[in-house]
Amino acid sequence: MYDAVLAETVTITGHGGEPIEAYSARPMAPGPVGGVVVIHHLPGYDRQTKEFTRSLAVGGYNAVMPNLYHREAPGASPDDAMAAARAKGAIPIPNERIVGDAAGGAAYLRGLPNSNGKAGVIGHCSGGYHAFLAAVSLPLDAAVDCYGGFVVGTPPDGHPLEGIQPLVDRTKDLSCPLLGLFGADDVAPSPQQVAELEQELKAQGKTHEFHSYPGAGHAFLQVDRSAYRPEAAVDAWQHIFNWFGQYLAG
Amino acid sequence: MCTYLTEKLEISGSAKGPSGWIRVSDASVYFDHPVHASGEHTLNIDFLNPPMGPSARVAVELSAESARALAKAIAVVLDSAPPGLA
Repeated sequence: MYDAVLAETVTITGHGGEPIEAYSARPMAPGPVGGVVVIHHLPGYDRQTKEFTRSLAVGGYNAVMPNLYHREAPGASPDDAMAAARAKGAIPIPNERIVGDAAGGAAYLRGLPNSNGKAGVIGHCSGGYHAFLAAVSLPLDAAVDCYGGFVVGTPPDGHPLEGIQPLVDRTKDLSCPLLGLFGADDVAPSPQQVAELEQELKAQGKTHEFHSYPGAGHAFLQVDRSAYRPEAAVDAWQHIFNWFGQYLAG
Repeated sequence: MCTYLTEKLEISGSAKGPSGWIRVSDASVYFDHPVHASGEHTLNIDFLNPPMGPSARVAVELSAESARALAKAIAVVLDSAPPGLA
């Protein structure tokens, strides 16, 4: 079996037509293959999320991760870029800009020579919120929300996200099937919030599949964190590839 | 969860990083996901010199317990300094 993968930093066209840095990982097979936009978590465009991106390529998908903090610190190391964005008051990044950068990622994927024209999105932690945001804002073919907080629920008074509208209210706009992966011990999203989201998906007749793992909390997919739960993570990865296999392959 | 909780302040002093000493004029203090520490949330401090660029940064990521102990130690030392010095 031919299994070569190419991973590299590229430039894509992000929100507002601006060129931004992105990490691209692609199987070298002629295709056609589907593509996945990876949305990184708050700590940034880091080594761990690049590894996550490469894992999707090894699994047979073109994958691209836009650097959401590129504008605040072009060329900086990922952790310095996150710190610079935070110091400049740019975090949280406005939703409009996230959607624009995700759209740029999807356009990049659909334009690759071996693309089958399909594009999905996946993200974890704040990236899970952003994956859901992208899926209710853009025409996509599949989405995976890994424990994204505040899709349901209102941030408390004084919270930096205070005032944002819960994304659950936009469920009717979901453009594609949604896979949700959650830790049963998580508090953001809590099991009650996950249940509320699923109830709304059912009410809107949206194709979805949710898995909540007992004994797992937030960030259970993060291999270098104490939150890592190998049993849940292995099962979750299987569901991720099954989901993309069902809706992005071919 | 991402807390996004950040306090920013102007400071005056110096910090030493891999490239040597730099003047620092700004600090970010936040309790959120770390980059390197193993806890899910840590008290993070960035000492910054923005005109020198994003890499002009000295960073620490501390457990909440460590951060509280550090804050207490700083206050104790400053309060113990001879009158007029601190």
